[in-house]
Amino acid sequence: MEALRKEIPDPQIMTKISDRYSYSFDASFGEYLPDIAIQAKSKQEVVHIVKIANQFKIPIYPRGQGTCLSGGPLPVHGGMVLDLSQWPEQIDLNADDLTVKVSPSVLTARINEEAEKHGLMYAPDPSSAHVATIGGNLAENSGGPRGLKYGVTKDFVLGLELVTPEGKVIRTGGQTIKNVTGFDLTKLIVGSEGTLGVITEATLKLMPKPPAVQTIMVEFDNVRTAGKAISRTLTSGILPSKMEFMDQACIQAVENFKPSGLPIDAEAIVIIELDGHPETLRLETDLVGKIMKEIGAANVRIPETSEESAKIWHARKQVSPAIAKIKPTKVSEDATVPRSKIPDMMDRLHDIKEKYQLELVVFGHAGDGNLHPNILCDKRDQEEMGRVEKAVEEIFQAAIDLGGTLSGEHGIGTMKAPFMEQELGVVGLEMMKRIKDSWDPNGIMNPGKIFPEKGQKLVLRNE
Amino acid sequence: MSELQILQEKINYDKTFDCVQCGYCLPACPTYETMERETHSPRGRINLVKMVAEGKASVEDLKNPIEKCLGCMACTTVCPTSVQYGQILEGAKEVIEDNEVISKSRKTIEDFLFGSFFPSEKWMSNLGNLTWFYQRTGIQSFVNMTRLTRWAPLHLDKFEQVIPKQPSPKERAKRTKRYIRKRPAQAKVAFFTGCVMDGVFFRTNQNTIELLLRGGFEVVIPEQQTCCGALHAHSGKVNDAIELAKRNIEAFEEEKIDYIVNNAGGCGARMVEYHHLFEEGTPWHKRAKQFVSKIRDISEVLVEVHGLHFNKPVDRTVTYQPSCHMTNVQKVKTPPLQLLEKVPGITFKELSRPDFCCGSAGIYNIVNYEDSMKILDVKMKDVCGTDSESVVTTNPGCLLQMKLGIEREGINQTMDAVHLVDLLLEADPQQK
Repeated sequence: MEALRKEIPDPQIMTKISDRYSYSFDASFGEYLPDIAIQAKSKQEVVHIVKIANQFKIPIYPRGQGTCLSGGPLPVHGGMVLDLSQWPEQIDLNADDLTVKVSPSVLTARINEEAEKHGLMYAPDPSSAHVATIGGNLAENSGGPRGLKYGVTKDFVLGLELVTPEGKVIRTGGQTIKNVTGFDLTKLIVGSEGTLGVITEATLKLMPKPPAVQTIMVEFDNVRTAGKAISRTLTSGILPSKMEFMDQACIQAVENFKPSGLPIDAEAIVIIELDGHPETLRLETDLVGKIMKEIGAANVRIPETSEESAKIWHARKQVSPAIAKIKPTKVSEDATVPRSKIPDMMDRLHDIKEKYQLELVVFGHAGDGNLHPNILCDKRDQEEMGRVEKAVEEIFQAAIDLGGTLSGEHGIGTMKAPFMEQELGVVGLEMMKRIKDSWDPNGIMNPGKIFPEKGQKLVLRNE
Repeated sequence: MSELQILQEKINYDKTFDCVQCGYCLPACPTYETMERETHSPRGRINLVKMVAEGKASVEDLKNPIEKCLGCMACTTVCPTSVQYGQILEGAKEVIEDNEVISKSRKTIEDFLFGSFFPSEKWMSNLGNLTWFYQRTGIQSFVNMTRLTRWAPLHLDKFEQVIPKQPSPKERAKRTKRYIRKRPAQAKVAFFTGCVMDGVFFRTNQNTIELLLRGGFEVVIPEQQTCCGALHAHSGKVNDAIELAKRNIEAFEEEKIDYIVNNAGGCGARMVEYHHLFEEGTPWHKRAKQFVSKIRDISEVLVEVHGLHFNKPVDRTVTYQPSCHMTNVQKVKTPPLQLLEKVPGITFKELSRPDFCCGSAGIYNIVNYEDSMKILDVKMKDVCGTDSESVVTTNPGCLLQMKLGIEREGINQTMDAVHLVDLLLEADPQQK
């Protein structure tokens, strides 16, 4: 403590029980009381804190705004939460290079706002972009609907500055689009969930903002046809920026929550957004309409005004809060499968729902195979939560069986750690562990994440 | 029921589960921004309420984070899962109040303010009269008379300099209680005067009545009306709040009226929630519902009747600081803007963050002066950025706070704060 106070201003050091509990959770499951929460506002402060943590072998957990859905910032072994959200915002945009240099605390949506002033865009668009920090997005390698066309966070990082678990500062990558000098540590760090160090600066890639967008909403009488329609569109020479899927349960939940004019009789809907030049959009819209009709869509709706389009996307945004009204606890997964396997995955999810008699709804970024099966339950009901645990295990198994992955965009954290070996194999996981151990010899940097502990199982119940 | 279960019920433990901890409230919360920690955010506070209900933290631990909440309810507007933050907050305040962990000096002040000051029309008009007296005679005798020095740590002196010129006691007493129109009226409205509005901004109240009359309304001012109880509810004094609500419901039931009009965003917000104070299905709940259905802000009725034409141009650049309670609780957002648009000559400049609280928040700026000023400074930066000559508000608390902000910035030569009503009357509205 003495050592900390030497360089960190008092207001940034929090030891009161009320403060500690305030950094004991994120947007996922579980609550772990840290011994201390501490805020860093500069690289020097981070170095100082990390050095002390390393010296005294105190676990340290970097954290942005705590919107993580996989438990990334949870202080599962006690120790120190390192809050980076109060670091003064720095956005240094270089329009000629189409790059931007940012501090870790910058809210992701702010980067796009700044880029738009120059006719550019920052493409990754997680739905929490207006709350979450870029530091958190980098650590978790977050994605959003536009991932279909543009990719996820890692596809937009040119360079990083990182404080290593031993308190040294390194720079990876650079400012150029092409860069093959040495190992690609940048991509290793992005998505490492804060286990390899603390990101203190990032150089990101921007791209020209498409001049126009067009929304299309397609209704289907059965889920399989919807799945086929997605594949057919993507093989027809068109790459939409977004292709979002909602099943009937989601549609009905939204209509019960805030009526938005969605077709409640449809078994599924797919909401498509095309972007590009207005003339191209006209041609592509016609083509998508034709494909949908051929494949047997029940209805194709092409909004004529931007207000109408906004209404459709607003309805899509309402899914999360709307389904939360079904039951208080939401277990949200992001298992992802190859696009062609979407219909199979839908079948498996349906079987799991029946088998465990749970409220399971599905929506998500179907265009890139990233579905969000959500189980609605009540965490105060121990028996039900037992069934949920089993169902989640089977969802992961189904994704892996179909050649997919545990997580498309939320990260592994604590919840999915027990399933890592299933996907990566013993040696695959071991190689990752060796990298981690050589970067962080004392194991202080965000312990308890990604790598399962011996005998660790998925637990959603409080004992 | 065990002690913990009783606490859980009181503190609305069940309601805390509506919060999925997504954090969408963080960018909307003024205290999270100025106090820079999760403990002073809506999500953090709700979590602490939960921790207290589960016996993991004590009521004492909860006290500071709850007391520092402005209650501006900006979080409820952005919350995707519609968490009833207002009820969780009031439950927490009630539990804190019951635990009597409030510091002694604050308690003395509150007991005086809530026990005899706010509900009393006499005290309130005395405040106005005293202020008038003080403005006529200078500070010394005023301070001696009221023993205001006791309040010195409350920074009341800062507020004194921004209180407007008061009408004489004679003018105050002269007000008619009933204004009947000779021509058929648009509607019959009862005017809710509000205690601070009537005490400190008596002329604005008079102007409100004038506007209503020009708009073609018949106006009555029920004599039995009392304080709306907002400040009591915000401080965990639920029983007092219920008592005041009952008295108002009774007072406005006496004759057939179409609307109950008020010009104070905070009072309006409290009154549109009166039915939450009573159990569903009870006669009081039904009477409260009836009462609530008639509540309107002055700007709403003026827009609804389309009755006014503004004759005199007001050549001024203005900005508008909406009352949080009007926006987030009453959900009245556009009517004041619609009215401003109708006034010829006005150049309107919008704030970049109109929904950010000014830090007035009931008596927050009195009991949490330093914290309030930090929030005010953020607000004033935005206000100054608009280069306006007037800041328009719709609530007495905001009005005083904006005047204070203008004083603090030292720009009282170039900028003033006005109630919307006063500005509208300046434009000489006449019935079409």
